[in-house]
Amino acid sequence: MAMIEAVEISKIYSMGDISVNALERVSLTIEKGEFVAIMGPSGSGKSTFMNILGCLDKPTSGRYLLEDIDVSHLKRDELADIRKKKIGFVFQGFNLLPRTSAIENVELPMLYDGLSLKDRRQKAMVALKLVGLEGREHHHPNQLSGGQQQRVAIARALVNTAPVILADEPTGNLDTKTSVEIMEFLTKLNKESGITIILITHEHDIAAYSRRIIRFLDGRIISDEPRKRP
Amino acid sequence: MINIPSTFRISFRALRVNKMRSALTMLGIVIGVAAVIAMLSVGTGASTQISEQISSMGSNLIMVLPGATTAGGVRMGMGSQPTLTLGDAEAIQKESSAVADVAPVISEVAQVVYGNQNWSTGVVGTTPSMINVRDWHLSSGRPFTDQDVKNAIKVCLLGQTVVDNLFGDVNPVGQIIRIKKIPFTVAGVLAVKGQSPNGQDQDDTIFVPVTTAQKRLFGTTFPGMVRILMVKAKSTENLPAAEKQITELLKQRHHIGPKQEDDFTVRNLTQFMQAAEQSTRVMTLLLGSIASVSLIVGGIGIMNIMLVSVTERTREIGIRMAVGAKTWDIRLQFIIEALTLSLIGGAVGIAAGVSSSKAVAMLAGWPTIVSPFSILIAFGFSGLVGIFFGFYPAYKASLLNPIDALRYE
Repeated sequence: MAMIEAVEISKIYSMGDISVNALERVSLTIEKGEFVAIMGPSGSGKSTFMNILGCLDKPTSGRYLLEDIDVSHLKRDELADIRKKKIGFVFQGFNLLPRTSAIENVELPMLYDGLSLKDRRQKAMVALKLVGLEGREHHHPNQLSGGQQQRVAIARALVNTAPVILADEPTGNLDTKTSVEIMEFLTKLNKESGITIILITHEHDIAAYSRRIIRFLDGRIISDEPRKRP
Repeated sequence: MINIPSTFRISFRALRVNKMRSALTMLGIVIGVAAVIAMLSVGTGASTQISEQISSMGSNLIMVLPGATTAGGVRMGMGSQPTLTLGDAEAIQKESSAVADVAPVISEVAQVVYGNQNWSTGVVGTTPSMINVRDWHLSSGRPFTDQDVKNAIKVCLLGQTVVDNLFGDVNPVGQIIRIKKIPFTVAGVLAVKGQSPNGQDQDDTIFVPVTTAQKRLFGTTFPGMVRILMVKAKSTENLPAAEKQITELLKQRHHIGPKQEDDFTVRNLTQFMQAAEQSTRVMTLLLGSIASVSLIVGGIGIMNIMLVSVTERTREIGIRMAVGAKTWDIRLQFIIEALTLSLIGGAVGIAAGVSSSKAVAMLAGWPTIVSPFSILIAFGFSGLVGIFFGFYPAYKASLLNPIDALRYE
């Protein structure tokens, strides 16, 4: 069973008379436990593809199977449910709630699952320990460094035990040293927990952590190959 | 489904972030709720006072007054011609089926003396029916009887004001007072009734048997005539029937032809008073609705702030959607936030309304009554306002596209 199976996915944005083909019949299969990097210049369609993989957006045509469930025609709330259970997001800008403690940020996905405060606290604490932020659970995002904020975001992505993590330029706002830490942590997660990780990046040395690199250009996949050992 | 207590906690915190803004938004609701409660308390106070006065007059009361005379083309006004008699009273009592009781009244102001005290008061000659017709009670002693009336016995019942002025602390029952120098035995004391609807002290009165009054006190030019007949109908529904029966009976007794003018007037006091009561009720409603306009204005304030808040927190909404918040999760969050605003405002408004109605009572001397019902109405209404005006911003928030919301700067 493939984790992700995209079949001839197209996305057309129409603005008035002009329509833009952001994706043209993209097909792709990602197996469970893979660590994939998606590369490509701005406007190549990689972000659009990522949004569709993340169930934040729907394809104009084509089929998208996530763990064998066809999610391409699900309704808004059904997609929200899929995001809650199956996908963890890690963004470039961290996207943590301001003025909200680290632990409450991690609790957020469980809030919409109707879990009690006690259960949420307990699970969030486990996730924070895993990312090495024990003792910082009551810090607000503005009291944490960029790397620490990204760890909180990763803890949030992990807390619902989602099988897939989508990381959109996770190191884009971080310095080199912290970037290495975050990437090593993601690699460890992939290896030890078997979580499928899909990474979007511009940078070759970040893509180098993955085991498969997919390149996008003008809405199409131009190359899809295992990472060559340097 | 989202966890509701947690949502209340979240919205409470969100409101605390902008303390000043939240407080000002609540102020609109505070003023609205306070105004509704204060206005209703003024209205309720006024109508309660009026209905108390009406019931003090006696319920289902009809007054029969003598008619106007015409002397050489000059009309002399109501009551100028003594046309009603004790016989009329008895006839109404006997023959009108809708009538419960009839009390004739002749009255005059007279000087009364007890010991070294004296007082000037209205002396009313009547029958024992008076007690029943006016729904009056005795606070001590006994009423006078039909036998007393028949034999023109010199007994009297005193109103509380008379007792206070003549006796002080002495028990008046069994004492002798002098009315126009004629000695009367005090049989009983009437219970306190307070003011009449037109502001008279109803307790400043003395009741004596009507025959005694006619024969001993007021040497009238028209013996056997009475000033007024007070009639009590059997029930409120019987009032129009009683009026009609009395009019027909008196026409017949006074030999008034179809084309002649009546020499008496039948007036239904209760209906008049009920109209007054009705009008205060309308006033209460009017005051309440004017006040609720301010509550609605407060609600618009909430909507305004919530719309601003939704725009400011677009990114937060995007994050929540990305981690799995559904349409109603987002809606509920913002509705609960609006509800929190309006309910806190409502609670403060109740305190402000109750104290301002107390202040009105103290400063203006109006009888204000804060009913639990009005508090419930105002609080419930403020909650509804919160939900109603919170819904549109919440709806708007829930329709945001998660991708756009996440990218919002």
